[in-house]
Amino acid sequence: MFIKDYIKDVYNAVRSLLTGMKTTGKYFIRPGEIITQQYPENREQLHLPERFKGEVVMIHDENNEHACTGCTACELACPNATIKIITKFDITPEGKKKKALDTFVYHLELCTLCNLCIIACPTDAIKMAQTFEHSVYDRSQLTKKLNQPGSKIKEGVE
Amino acid sequence: MYTETQIISTTTGNSVSDALDGTGELMINVGPQHPATHGVLHLVITLNGETIKKIEPHLGYIHRSIEKMCESLSYRQFIYVTSRMDYLSSHINNHACALTVEKGLQLEVPPRAQVIRVLMDELTRIASHELWWGAMAMDLGAFTPFFYAFRERETINDIMEETCGARLTMNYIGPGGVMYDIHPNFQKRVKSFIQLFKSKINEYDELVTGNIIFQNRMKNVGVLSKEDAISFGCTGPVARGSGVNCDIRKLFPYEIYDKLQFEEITETAGDSFSRYMVRIREMHQSISILEQLIDNIPEGDFQAKTKAVLKLPKGEFYTRVETARGELGVYIVSEGGTTPYRIKFRSPGFSNLSALDHMARGSKLGDLVAMMGTLDLVIPDIDR
Repeated sequence: MFIKDYIKDVYNAVRSLLTGMKTTGKYFIRPGEIITQQYPENREQLHLPERFKGEVVMIHDENNEHACTGCTACELACPNATIKIITKFDITPEGKKKKALDTFVYHLELCTLCNLCIIACPTDAIKMAQTFEHSVYDRSQLTKKLNQPGSKIKEGVE
Repeated sequence: MYTETQIISTTTGNSVSDALDGTGELMINVGPQHPATHGVLHLVITLNGETIKKIEPHLGYIHRSIEKMCESLSYRQFIYVTSRMDYLSSHINNHACALTVEKGLQLEVPPRAQVIRVLMDELTRIASHELWWGAMAMDLGAFTPFFYAFRERETINDIMEETCGARLTMNYIGPGGVMYDIHPNFQKRVKSFIQLFKSKINEYDELVTGNIIFQNRMKNVGVLSKEDAISFGCTGPVARGSGVNCDIRKLFPYEIYDKLQFEEITETAGDSFSRYMVRIREMHQSISILEQLIDNIPEGDFQAKTKAVLKLPKGEFYTRVETARGELGVYIVSEGGTTPYRIKFRSPGFSNLSALDHMARGSKLGDLVAMMGTLDLVIPDIDR
């Protein structure tokens, strides 16, 4: 009886091994089903969905105009103090003082890409970009100024 | 697995002859940097020959004081931090926090948001179990299953990336609903994932489950009786492998789980193999939940109307959800302000780890990896 059980055990073990090997062998002879991506080489074909959260950018139109009023809603919504908004006072044609955006400072190194600032923005001035290769040699390069030089607020955005 | 010399080479401090005292016991360190611990878990193991006498887990290597951080964040902001606790089921963590805040605000979540949340939860659960399956087979020396598991998990990650905008730390759920509506492709892609998963799940059984060598390494290894599972506070697949009915989705249904048809999976043996089988069978149940919901997403809002600044009334609020690893409880003490006074997370990994010493005593060192694999430890969840 002992010998019989022993041989049965060996038979079952070998059979179950071969079942597994069959699955592996199936893929071995069909290399078309390989799913690995060759990352740096496939950069051209790499397509990220439009909702992908890469970094915060400010939307500028062709006239170099943005929609940021400097209301600091995004700054308050941010959990990590990633955003710092510096405002200035513009003089309107009527001669009144009006608060406007001077510099939109964005610390990418602190950002966790949680999307709360985008949701908080009342004028949709900022959005998430699909860039993801953020490594730089110096940390200070990750502190960015989001409004382009010379840009101003769009007409009619309050 | 490890040979004797490999283990001794990981011993820090004294040489082997110093470590051996009169009792013939040897103390070794597994971790904090060790491939089988999947993170910075440090186990001090007392051995007698190859038999484990005692295991003492040392925590604290990845403590980020998440509970303390949450005290200075508002009720919208603190949810993103919880993605970093159990990063493999980050979506379910966010869900638990959102449910607690909604309980405090007495907020009614629109049905569409509820269904989207449950769909995302179950996708996350499958993704988490897939990763566990691959990593556990790799712990036991089988390398290929990891790639098979990641192939299917990649499909879920792509769905998450398209709808939530991120692959691992989604931060998609907020108080009152979800951040934005599902992507137009979502239903189509989930359906194709269900098809793919059903055609591939048999490969899992062929490769690993049916393998006699694998079964011999799992059966009667790390036995945890039903009474012990309850007294150690184990939850999730670990306790269900010992025959404890502890599925929060069944016991205390949240969202729409009480309207869904699914089984609570339990096994009775309490060994590593039953914990393994619980997770494999749970994946089938999650697929069945996805099938029930994917064509029945109700129309309507995906977000309830909330104020810009959330203030919870004075009081204490507790909710629990079933994550991929067990019961996650979120306890908020509010003083009536915009930030919580105190937050406590009852994480499943911490309680499940506490049973490791009990179940490993008297067994061989090589079996420890099988036990740790079936506990499905995520270290940032144990050590917040």
